[in-house]
Amino acid sequence: MALTQATGAAAPPLVDASAIHRPRTLLVKLPRPVRRAGGPLLLLLLWQLLGDGRILAPPSAVLAAGWELAETGELGVHLLASLTRVAQGLALGIAAGVLFAVLAGLFRSGEDLLDSSLQILRALPTLGLLPLVIIWFGVGELPKVALVAYGTMFPVYINTYAAIRGVDAKHVESGQTFGLGRAGLIRHVILPGAVPGFLVGLRFALTSSWLIMIIAEQLNATSGIGYLMNQAQSWYRTDIIVLGLLIYGVLGLGADVLVRFLERRLLTWRHGFGGA
Amino acid sequence: MGAVVAENVRRSFDGREVLAGIDLTIGPGEFVALLGRSGSGKSTLLRAMAGLDSGYTGRLRVPGKRSVVFQEHRLLPWKRVLDNVTLGLRNATAQGRAALGEVGLAQHERAWPVTLSGGEAQRVALARALVREPDLLLLDEPFGALDALTRIRMHALLQELCGKHEPAVFLVTHDVDEAILLASRVLVLSANGRLALDLPVDLPAGRDRGTPGFAALRARLLTELGVSEEPAGVSVAR
Repeated sequence: MALTQATGAAAPPLVDASAIHRPRTLLVKLPRPVRRAGGPLLLLLLWQLLGDGRILAPPSAVLAAGWELAETGELGVHLLASLTRVAQGLALGIAAGVLFAVLAGLFRSGEDLLDSSLQILRALPTLGLLPLVIIWFGVGELPKVALVAYGTMFPVYINTYAAIRGVDAKHVESGQTFGLGRAGLIRHVILPGAVPGFLVGLRFALTSSWLIMIIAEQLNATSGIGYLMNQAQSWYRTDIIVLGLLIYGVLGLGADVLVRFLERRLLTWRHGFGGA
Repeated sequence: MGAVVAENVRRSFDGREVLAGIDLTIGPGEFVALLGRSGSGKSTLLRAMAGLDSGYTGRLRVPGKRSVVFQEHRLLPWKRVLDNVTLGLRNATAQGRAALGEVGLAQHERAWPVTLSGGEAQRVALARALVREPDLLLLDEPFGALDALTRIRMHALLQELCGKHEPAVFLVTHDVDEAILLASRVLVLSANGRLALDLPVDLPAGRDRGTPGFAALRARLLTELGVSEEPAGVSVAR
């Protein structure tokens, strides 16, 4: 190797350029879903070792309780009741949130009419409405569904509305120059551009839907996971209480997986930074 | 009858008049370049022609079939390349593919815009403009954000495609060389919002910077733009 040493400067120590920012190989060999499950599994193990039936039942007792309830069919009934409520509430809340966001986002008059009202209503704590909701809708399914719908509408509305307003005016302009009418602009430019914001809202909505459901079912219900847990409290059955919490947790995780799946499907066009 | 007829077009922003009575006729198939210093209202005139600004006074007639290529490609990031090209058109897949073929990107029709290089994206924007068979092609500094090598290739491509489709072209640029190379007529918009100069480019097709007459025209335009030519060999306004 012919090195031209023009000056008397000493050669600096060299490092391999590929080693400067190489991602650490720890756990990288495992598939992504396995890596994501690793943390929770470790937590479970610790809990099994330290758990005590009277204060906090260990996972084995929780599973046994789960098995017992599943065999009698009780668990399925309660799970289905909770899932149905959440699904109905979410469907209503998301639909209302998107509808209001589109109206307020697209039309100046819609914004004037809706946005300030929704911002005021949003400031009310959703669960604070419970007594009123019970007076209005009684103690059946309706109050729970209504509360979930109410609570999930706002995150969907706020994020979708902001995303619609955040669509780049240059894209709207280029749509106009290429012959898109109002409907075409909404369909090809504004709504697709608002999808990332909508998905953020959806994520928040899914989280708050469970939160509302837990409280609503514990206060006033004859079925559902929250009811199951409330009953267990009277009998000091920490295993069933933990089972209920576990189910809520698993459902929350499932919701997260669902949103991730939707993001992958709907946002393939965004090859942004995906995390190191 | 021209492809563009402007009579006494005026436009002010907050009391400042950037277009102070523009009279201009562009013939069908004519390639006109508009030079001007930044902030002189070049793009304002183009946006009025594009139908993106209705705040002007005076009379401005443009063809119904017109397309724009902006400095940024302005492709919709959530639509694949071919869908961007055929945006707003019905049953235009075949024409869209043909237009992509013309700009040499036929194999990229399923790509997302974010994966394209700057030059590629601008070629897609050109295909999107030309697939509409416009009678007037409006170019708003379309090569301003490209690197010098890509810009040279884009110049050649634009000349080839304009020769083929023969739209009237209105090119807004601050690059004097680009204006002389591409256009058959060069206008200069002065700081007071009027057309200060309207010159035909009487140079042979396939001209380059060494063509006799190029330097003289360039010097004249630069003087009009208020840039004094520096000693020979030093490139100005690049």
